[in-house]
Amino acid sequence: MTDFTQMGLKAIREGVAAGDFTAREVAEAHNDAVAAASELNAFIVATPDHALAAADKVDADRAAGKELGPMAGVPIGMKDLFATKGVQSTAASHILEGFVPPYESTVSQNLWDAGAGMLGKLNMDQFAMGSSNETSYFGNVKSPWRKNGSNAAMTPGGSSGGSSAAVAARLCPAATGTDTGGSIRQPAAVTGITGIKPTYGRCSRWGVVAFASSLDQAGPMARSVEDCAIMLGAMAGFDPKDSTSIDAPVPDWAAALDADLSGKTIGIPREYHMDGIDPQIEASWEQGKEWLRDAGAKVVEISLPHTKYALPAYYIIAPAEASSNLARYDGVRYGLRDLPEGSGLQDMYAATRAEGFGDEVKRRILIGTYVLSAGFYDAYYTQAQKVRTLVQRDFTEAFAQVDAILAPTTPNAAFALGEMQDDPLAMYLNDVFAVPASLAGLPAMSVPATLTQDGLPLGLQIVGKPMDEQGVLNAGLAIEQRAGFTAQPEKWW
Amino acid sequence: MSVTREEVAKIASLARISMDDDALDHMVPELNNILAWVEQLGEVDTTSVEPMAAVIPLEQRLRDDVVDADPKTGGGRRDDILANAPVAEHGFFGVPKVIE
Repeated sequence: MTDFTQMGLKAIREGVAAGDFTAREVAEAHNDAVAAASELNAFIVATPDHALAAADKVDADRAAGKELGPMAGVPIGMKDLFATKGVQSTAASHILEGFVPPYESTVSQNLWDAGAGMLGKLNMDQFAMGSSNETSYFGNVKSPWRKNGSNAAMTPGGSSGGSSAAVAARLCPAATGTDTGGSIRQPAAVTGITGIKPTYGRCSRWGVVAFASSLDQAGPMARSVEDCAIMLGAMAGFDPKDSTSIDAPVPDWAAALDADLSGKTIGIPREYHMDGIDPQIEASWEQGKEWLRDAGAKVVEISLPHTKYALPAYYIIAPAEASSNLARYDGVRYGLRDLPEGSGLQDMYAATRAEGFGDEVKRRILIGTYVLSAGFYDAYYTQAQKVRTLVQRDFTEAFAQVDAILAPTTPNAAFALGEMQDDPLAMYLNDVFAVPASLAGLPAMSVPATLTQDGLPLGLQIVGKPMDEQGVLNAGLAIEQRAGFTAQPEKWW
Repeated sequence: MSVTREEVAKIASLARISMDDDALDHMVPELNNILAWVEQLGEVDTTSVEPMAAVIPLEQRLRDDVVDADPKTGGGRRDDILANAPVAEHGFFGVPKVIE
């Protein structure tokens, strides 16, 4: 009997279209896998009926001879940052617990229109703030991966940690993620899967709970470059309801995939050689260069001089935007309300927010409030936005010489849950390689490269020119074909 | 630059997050660690650099000046809007008394 949970997105779509099996069989197999994996805590809520209804519609459409969409028959996981009509959407927070949107986000609607079904809402770091999935109100997500010879629970990365754990554990062939400063790429890297953050503005932010609006971008997480290309095509597109949506046609990325990099030049940023990087990361980066040369590319060293300042600039800009965006949670219009006996409106705001936000969310709101406050605005926020201009300029100058950039995705492999919790700064450093592309709005993806000596996955990152998702995917494909990464976590859950 | 306990209390009040003594004790050193680290941005020469306004070239779009140009963001959805309110009365959001 076919094990549907081992199949990728494209294989499922083609099998359903060819009549080799039904979409319902596929949905049932994945619903069962989700139900049996509660130990991973990857889902906040499961929606088996949604998956079955979407599958039945695909099966009926096929029987009626109708044309099937690019995601037809594919059951996916939906990060809980996306508003889903009639299904609780919480951003993994207490303050939105019980919030049931009366509308559907544009990205999720695009996916349903393409024939996908929803297995459930995926756990994540609260309001997408975190790199380890330890800030969720609904508990940590455990990675399906463990170190060789150890039973310690490992991080699936974050903030899209439910997405990465679910895809790596074969609970779903693909999932949505969102990336503000690495939240697709870092979790993909540490769980041995593939994920792409497109150019800022490719995917609509309408109906996505806002964290830092100038950085937030949705993207797919799956187990191959081609599956990511197909799903990104279904997610992306101009949306008049998002004022920063790019009004440009969506190319057929999957059809144009080409791993021949002859004539292409790949840049290696010298500033990404940082002190304290795991030597195994450096070694996989070296290997990545070899793979790209083997694919026909020329590999050259480049300089991105402001790399060092990208992360601290990010930790001013993102909290500043978050403090403004999260002002809407006030106990009046939706979500939690904490009204202490005999208190007034202002006390209700303060009590509701104290009760409803987790520690990391509060920390970032306070940082953001501080850097935007009178007297400090120019020294912090304006300076950070100037540095952001310089970070983007670095990339623009580099792209005059190269077609894409190769770097590690993360400075280390997965760490144990709890290992970094007491040190917010050490946690922030997880995204040191991911944040620069976010600040510059560039498309960037992580592709699995190898396993460490401990048996944990490492990823390589490709960063491309604005709007050149194709170049990123092509270089990713070249790596994927040469890395031959087929490892998967041994089932223990 | 570092922040004192009083300043953190003031920021928390601006952010409408109530914090007791224990919470403040934890938050002060954490914020100071982060602020000390972002301080390095001061090293960067940003003379004649414009702060970024938009990461992609943007043209402001205007919607048609008609009611309900897009039904999803237009009017006439009172019940939807109130559906998740902690307290809704007579078609309005309910809040504690604000005028004596």
